[in-house]
Amino acid sequence: MIASCGISLTVNGEHVEALVPPRLNLADFLREHLHLTGTHVGCEHGVCGACTIRLNGDIVRGCLILAVQASGAVVETIEGLSDSGEIADLQAAFRERNALQCGYCTPGMLVTAQDLLRQCPAPDRERIREHLSGNYCRCTGYEAIVDAVEVTARARLEPAR
Amino acid sequence: MTQTDADPLRLLDRPNSYIGKTVPRPNLDRLMQGRGLYVSDIELPRMAHVVFLRSPHAHARVVRIEADRAKEFPGVVAIVTGAELSKTISPWVGVLSHLKGLKSAPQHAIAIDRVCWQGEAVAAVIATSRALAEDAVEAVLVEYEVLAPVTDMRSALDPQTPVIHPSLGDNLAFERVHDAGDAGRAFREADEVVEAEYVFGRHTGVTLEPRAVVADWNAAEARLTIYQGTQAPHMVQNIAALHLGLRDSQIRVICKDVGGSFGIKVHVYADEMATYALSKMLRRPIKFVADRLESFNTDIHARDHRCKARIGVKRDGTIMAFEIDDLTGIGPYSMYPRTSAIEANQVVNLVGGQYLAANYRARAKVVFQNKNVMCQYRAVGHPIACSVTEGLVDLAAARIGMDVVEIRRRNLIPDDGYPCASPTGLRFEKLSHHASLAKLLAMMGYDSLRAEQNDLRKSNIHRGIGIASFIEVTNPSAAFYGVGGARISSQDGVAVRLDAQGAVICQTSITEQGQGSEALTAQIVASVLGVSMDRVRVILGDTDNTPYGGGTWASRGAGIGGEAALQAAKVLRRNILQVAGAILQAAPAALDIVDNDVVDLSDGARRIELQELARIVYFRPDTLPPGLQPELMATRHFVPREYPFAFTNGVQASWLEVDIETGFIKLLKHWVVEDCGTIINPQLVDEQIRGGVVQGLGAALFEKCIYDERGQLTNANMADYLVPMSGEMPDIEVGHVVSPTKESELGAKGAGEAGTAGAAAAVANAVNDALRPFGAVITEIPLTPQLVLTALGRI
Repeated sequence: MIASCGISLTVNGEHVEALVPPRLNLADFLREHLHLTGTHVGCEHGVCGACTIRLNGDIVRGCLILAVQASGAVVETIEGLSDSGEIADLQAAFRERNALQCGYCTPGMLVTAQDLLRQCPAPDRERIREHLSGNYCRCTGYEAIVDAVEVTARARLEPAR
Repeated sequence: MTQTDADPLRLLDRPNSYIGKTVPRPNLDRLMQGRGLYVSDIELPRMAHVVFLRSPHAHARVVRIEADRAKEFPGVVAIVTGAELSKTISPWVGVLSHLKGLKSAPQHAIAIDRVCWQGEAVAAVIATSRALAEDAVEAVLVEYEVLAPVTDMRSALDPQTPVIHPSLGDNLAFERVHDAGDAGRAFREADEVVEAEYVFGRHTGVTLEPRAVVADWNAAEARLTIYQGTQAPHMVQNIAALHLGLRDSQIRVICKDVGGSFGIKVHVYADEMATYALSKMLRRPIKFVADRLESFNTDIHARDHRCKARIGVKRDGTIMAFEIDDLTGIGPYSMYPRTSAIEANQVVNLVGGQYLAANYRARAKVVFQNKNVMCQYRAVGHPIACSVTEGLVDLAAARIGMDVVEIRRRNLIPDDGYPCASPTGLRFEKLSHHASLAKLLAMMGYDSLRAEQNDLRKSNIHRGIGIASFIEVTNPSAAFYGVGGARISSQDGVAVRLDAQGAVICQTSITEQGQGSEALTAQIVASVLGVSMDRVRVILGDTDNTPYGGGTWASRGAGIGGEAALQAAKVLRRNILQVAGAILQAAPAALDIVDNDVVDLSDGARRIELQELARIVYFRPDTLPPGLQPELMATRHFVPREYPFAFTNGVQASWLEVDIETGFIKLLKHWVVEDCGTIINPQLVDEQIRGGVVQGLGAALFEKCIYDERGQLTNANMADYLVPMSGEMPDIEVGHVVSPTKESELGAKGAGEAGTAGAAAAVANAVNDALRPFGAVITEIPLTPQLVLTALGRI
């Protein structure tokens, strides 16, 4: 087996140094080494979107990136986005609309939805559906999720009172 | 009863009642912040990981397993074969006595001597990490002697086809014949008889979290703790104990967050049994998490049916008779412990069940084959029965030139015709087919939609409307499994207690996989007690800490577990008021509980807060009258006894467009009206319906496990096995008619499977409606572009 490599990165604002096997993917690194189990693993081949995280500001599939590739990067996971309050309104909208059932897709779904809202502050339903199409949900049928994202977008556009 | 709480309507209709209100589910924040605890998240001290070496062949003799080199790999703890593991766990046979004639062969946790489907485990590699176990698996050498696989269900019973289990004599697992009324005469008297063969693709649940289990045998306690994402913890406890030679009390099943179930996680799988046994054998915690390839190859599949069917109809639209000849292939074993005959049995039970026609002839054959096992998945049998029935009704309507709504109006059981029974003996307490259909038509604007469809046809745009009525089995009594000898409880229990600070703790035997079991339990308990929901905490998914019960499956959680919660809360309320009466020197019947306060029933005046009452009971019982022993905990159980099942009904409609050049189908809109009796939380019911519909839409358009003739599953990954994505799903409008069951005070029936039951039928009917000008009829799902273009004669 190839010897482990040292990596150094920022995860949810914390500086992390670790020795990892080169074959370890980023999702497994987050889950198994940092115990950030909010990043879920659904398919391990880049299709389902459950492991979606933010890497240097862009969303990526944690299962398609090696941990060694993330050395020097800034990684944000659902735990970080929750604690910073960045997506608190989106989470509240999901809660009100019951936009999750089993919750397994939800961290990835929230990260992806927030990515859309940062790129496109006023998406229509079709745009929302298109952007979320890389994140599978088997429980909700998606409509509640689309509703929650739409409501959040509208609320963010309203001038602060 | 003379208590003030004897009137259920009063209890459910209290001004502060949560019943019928949309309130957010408790604990959603945990899941949204990534702070849930799924089995795949669990780590225990000394935990090792098991990876299974799985057969690449559909059918083969295992000649030799060579593991010496693999045992030297880093991190490897053990490599265990089926023969070795069989010393710890006994094999099982998936049969039940009420399914007469059902047969199956003994199945081992890990195959011994012979593998019967591609994906069956032949050895277990246990290592300190999953990655290391996977490394070692590749070094285990297995010599196979490949045997002829039985793959096509249509030839499984032919004399020249090999018999998979010679001891069984043939490949027929189960057969059921049913004859009601005089179908022969009815078909002779019909003006038209329409026949078709309906084909249903084999598909699977694709829970986003794969099956996962951590088994932790504590040799010092002689106790096994099983952490598993299961819908039925007590069933798992019983089955694990039975085959490990333990008592139920030596097994604790803990079920925290579950990443999707849909019936996939209501069974006990061979690899899970192996994991329990490995923990006992190796005396340490063992974790098994299926990867996606394993999920496709070993999670139960469902639906693979071919159903020849016909309908006889009079020119005035009267349906005279239905007849079906159904065939399904279930893989090499009947699944354990619920068996793989249930789906075919349900198809026989349900076809035509929404209609008045009394003449019905049915035959179903269930055959073995060398493919992955099939068993109960969401809406078991219903999508098949609904697609066949509603497909035939549409074909009959087209034949006699009648509108598809009109033929249904003339044949659906009238809303005042209850109670009544179906030709197969299903007993209906109260259904609402006509009210539901009327509501659906109003919601969708049926007439204007028809006009729009006709207008668009002139511009070569081909849209279709499909309607599908359905009935659904919910709230099953012991008639489902218990009478057949399965130790699968049909009753559920709830314990409710008032703690020392006036909060309410509620333990229930139903389980949560996202449906809202916690929410509905808290809503019922809070409403009946008269406390605010934030005071109620619900504990579930732990056989050590909940009453004994069935769990959450077959649309039973709200109707059965919810009623147990209601009854338990009623007793606790009575007990609280008894204590309050003693403290306040008032008659308990003159008191009520409102918003966490005991109040005077007459004027609502606040008398004592529950927190204060609890303080007195727990810390100053010396101040209570002599002889009064307060009981601030109450437990009640419930199971329906009058009806074997609480049938629900509903109707769905699909509006879609077929591109006749490409064969692509675009779903434009979907409507559902269903009747699940009392609605506890409207939002949760609607979301169950929507989610269920989308699983049905997946089956209708995309989902299929594609096997080749050698029994190889060729699309066992998420890129090739298509599930619905948000971009291709329509908005779904949901409406309700409410016919509560009188079997319970709550009056709730199930709602979890209604969406899946009728969605594919509505879509198929809509596609055929769109294709009607071309004379094309498709009776197969998934409705792929290839199928559409073939039907159009374009390829």
